[in-house]
Amino acid sequence: MIKAQDVQKWFGPNLVVDHVSFEVQSGEVLGFLGPNGAGKSTTMRMLTGYLPLSGGKIDIGGHDIESNPIAAKALFGYLPENAPAYNDMIVEDFLAFCAAIRGFSGDEKKIAVEKAIETCHLQKVRRQSIDTLSKGYRHRCCFAQAILHDPPILVLDEPTDGLDPNQKHEMRMLIREMGKSKAIIVSTHILEEVEAICSRVIIIDQGKLVFNGSPAELRARSADAGAVRVRIHNVPYADISSALGAIAGAGAVSKLSEDAQVVTVLVRRKEAKIVLAPTIKAVLDGKRWQFDELYTETGRLDEVFRTITSLDSAKEDKA
Amino acid sequence: MKNIWIIAKRELAGYFNSPVAYVFTVIFLLLMGFFTFMMGGFFRFREATLTSFFIWHPWLYMLLVPAVGMRLWSEERRQGTLELLFTMPINTAHAIAGKFFAGWIFLGIALLLTIPMPITVCYLGEPDLGPMITGYLGSFLMAGAYLAISGMTSACTRNQVISFITSLVICLFLVLAGYPPVTNLLLKWGAANRLVEFAAGISVMFHYESMQRGVLDLRDFVYFISLIVFALFTTNIVLKTYRA
Repeated sequence: MIKAQDVQKWFGPNLVVDHVSFEVQSGEVLGFLGPNGAGKSTTMRMLTGYLPLSGGKIDIGGHDIESNPIAAKALFGYLPENAPAYNDMIVEDFLAFCAAIRGFSGDEKKIAVEKAIETCHLQKVRRQSIDTLSKGYRHRCCFAQAILHDPPILVLDEPTDGLDPNQKHEMRMLIREMGKSKAIIVSTHILEEVEAICSRVIIIDQGKLVFNGSPAELRARSADAGAVRVRIHNVPYADISSALGAIAGAGAVSKLSEDAQVVTVLVRRKEAKIVLAPTIKAVLDGKRWQFDELYTETGRLDEVFRTITSLDSAKEDKA
Repeated sequence: MKNIWIIAKRELAGYFNSPVAYVFTVIFLLLMGFFTFMMGGFFRFREATLTSFFIWHPWLYMLLVPAVGMRLWSEERRQGTLELLFTMPINTAHAIAGKFFAGWIFLGIALLLTIPMPITVCYLGEPDLGPMITGYLGSFLMAGAYLAISGMTSACTRNQVISFITSLVICLFLVLAGYPPVTNLLLKWGAANRLVEFAAGISVMFHYESMQRGVLDLRDFVYFISLIVFALFTTNIVLKTYRA
């Protein structure tokens, strides 16, 4: 549904988006990650035809966004960053205006507006002027505008920004539900959100695409992925370290914590695909050491995110 | 075409949902009355004409129309709704036209509310209706030209004050270009007669005054309409380059 090819954006002398390519199919929720200022919003603005491209091509459902913008724009709903809306309008009128622009009229328009109000739980504020809304309501009002015409594509720039935990949860459920039939792009910098809703993740850093894969693949990149954490009672750390370090395939052993008689250690593996847990358990049983925790780490997203997005900048700083 | 109307309707509702419309109309009418009767010496002339009424329009519009036009685009930029509007399936030109027509209709409503003026004149004497009608028409066209210009300056900035002042200066230039002090100055500088004529020709006053006299000349129409089209066209370019 969405196809971006070698997309570039120059702002003056700065290359903000650097040859980014990706695709999103129907039934997919693509998480768009990156540190602040990485070019996420700029890319989304190009996808939605707000900013012209400096190079490359974007295809929305078979229509080129630059040569055929009106047909392309009819196919998506867009929630811009900070959820802008006409402050002097009341919620209902704002949605009716958006519906009219999208070609609805008469009863059709009323039904579309009602449905959007219901989906986004705006009943309580429907007659309220937008500038009097709380941040959460304002956000949902702008979101309602994006889904009003039931588009096959949704582009959401930080959809949960400013919502309380309950609203965040609800918004994620909604996105996941819609993701079954639509092609959705969600930008965020909340990593838990990626796991909760996305079927695929791309990460951009300083305008470049640095990762494209599933959340599980992203996790697997973590140095801690596949490492085993063990908590052992009444054995000195030195003994544990030498015993576990000697296991074939085991890498570095490090101490996570030690108090009184309890030591927690982390055993990393030498290379991916090695499964350490059974071997470690056998060693522990053989030595009759008492342990109450044995856990294979799945890797931490925040750690991977940090490694992926800070490596390049660190290199550049040195150079 | 439908989209132009949808956008115009929203914009027009925006004027009346905010104090802008009411403040503008009241001040416009108050000042109009004050200038016509107190400064213009409406009664002193003992003539059944609207000359002392129409003569003030270019000056009043210069102050008031930019106040209406300054929010057209800068408000959209400030609120971020420009992004919303331009990612909807509409033509940029339609959005520009819709917003312009909304402002123009609003100015037209304010102008219509001065109808007690011609009624007074008709009550007091037997005026020639022709110059009154063409005078109103000229005034409306001039308001449109000023509005298109302030819409253009409004597209250039998210700051409404800058937009207001810039369009005021442009309108001031358009008024003064045909005034003797300016044309005489140009002559003194040794400008060719043609250039002076050209400067006078781009002045709003030149075309507005001929319409006040009851002359319906196609050239005056063409002048105002082309001024409007030029300003709207420039608005389109400005909005495009802003996003580039």
